[in-house]
Amino acid sequence: MSLLDVIGPVMVGPSSSHTAGACRLALLARHAFGHAPHEARFVLHGSFAKTARGHGTDLALVAGALGAAPDDARIPVAFAEAERAGLAVSFTTADLGDVHPNSVRIELHGRDAAGAERGLVLQGSSLGGGIVRVFELDGFRIEFSGAAPTLLVRHVDTPGVIARVTRVIADDEVNVAALYSARKRRGGEALMAVECDRAITPVAAAYLLHLNAITWLRQVPAVMSASSDGSHIASATAEVVP
Amino acid sequence: MTLAALAAASGPASAAVLADQGLSDTERAALLDGMRGRLGEMRDAIARGLASDAKSRTGMVGWNAKGLWEAHDALSAPLLKRVQAYAMAVNEENARMGRIVAAPTAGSAGTIPGALIGVGDHLGLDDEALLLPLVLAAGIGEVISKTMFIAGSTGGCQAEIGSSAAMAAAAVTELLGGDAEAAVHAAAMALMNTIGLVCDPVGGYVEVPCVSRNAFFAVHAVSSAQLALAGLRSFIPPDEVVQAMASVGRMLPPELRETGEGGIADTPTGRRIALEMAR
Repeated sequence: MSLLDVIGPVMVGPSSSHTAGACRLALLARHAFGHAPHEARFVLHGSFAKTARGHGTDLALVAGALGAAPDDARIPVAFAEAERAGLAVSFTTADLGDVHPNSVRIELHGRDAAGAERGLVLQGSSLGGGIVRVFELDGFRIEFSGAAPTLLVRHVDTPGVIARVTRVIADDEVNVAALYSARKRRGGEALMAVECDRAITPVAAAYLLHLNAITWLRQVPAVMSASSDGSHIASATAEVVP
Repeated sequence: MTLAALAAASGPASAAVLADQGLSDTERAALLDGMRGRLGEMRDAIARGLASDAKSRTGMVGWNAKGLWEAHDALSAPLLKRVQAYAMAVNEENARMGRIVAAPTAGSAGTIPGALIGVGDHLGLDDEALLLPLVLAAGIGEVISKTMFIAGSTGGCQAEIGSSAAMAAAAVTELLGGDAEAAVHAAAMALMNTIGLVCDPVGGYVEVPCVSRNAFFAVHAVSSAQLALAGLRSFIPPDEVVQAMASVGRMLPPELRETGEGGIADTPTGRRIALEMAR
């Protein structure tokens, strides 16, 4: 965590955990999804469920799903922006289990570049002061925080895939800060989240994606340093489509 | 880094905080530039807040900062009035969904600008003089955040406003020439005298008591700096004070942790507002 995360973020009020943090979680979901969603469902847990309207959590989540950073002036008018963008939104509450009180499940639906219907489910918590942590993606128990560029790789659970991926990252001269990996079952689908000191090059990402064992890949930028001027996008390739 | 280590630093506490970050010259310059930007944003929020009496979304707040700023200074205490008005200006902007700097949270965003910029303006200091004290404030916040989550929903208001007051107290102490030990003890005394404060926002909105609370705890921070600069110290070691606050946070029932179901939120009027806003 940087000292600028302690005195910061610069954000639209009223709550760092319930507004800025919520916006960041939805922004992470948006980047991980990689397409413009036409539907966003938000399932609110705990304190998020109880005080969402008071803190503008609902507006912030919708703004994040539209790609807005926590200081984006569109947050207070996010519902109107969603309507303009053709994004249908809905909110429900549920007990997500033994998780942080400020937690949310975000379900995004939309079409990819080829017109195929896609979906993504991300669960995460807002830990205070705008700090967030994703704890589940598409049913895989992995973690990432948005503090660093994060490489998400879906693959078939076969020997050597993790070594292969980290080799490519190393050859790109990128340092790995943290790596989480989870699988649904032995030999089944698996997902790894690799937090890096910087994003890998588009060429390295494209190379990874062409490997047989790898089925899906996203580079999620460091949303912790994202601002509405869009400067964070330049340092990351948010989407690599085969 | 522990608060004990920070207090033992030979130079200013902010220098020890910067050294502890292990930054290259470029990274250090970027951090200071970022902090300069944060100060500018804080100043902008103060200016907007002092000039506006537009109501918040619920209508519970919005005119307090401007009202105080333009009122007769009944106590002949211009520093007090300035610190209170600046703090509320920022939090009323926050309540209007305006642009603020979380420091360390949005609900406590007025405390540091109120205390630090308030004292700076009172003394006619340039913003550049506030820069290293602001770095120190961030360093104190970083230490606290390693022990507990800085969020009302996990630790109660003490975790938010207590942290902001501790950060502001250290910053003001350094601004006024206090050494590292004085600054850290100012933080500890501010924290010790905030322990137990619950998070009980009416209707769940960051308005009542949050806006006035920032005025009170910006003054609290200045008080703490006054004591520390006069040589007073926290009898309980600063790191143990942080541990105590975290421990109290874990004891607080959910009703008193930002759910809007206890304390001032759970009064007949608080419940009525919650119902009205839910419609």
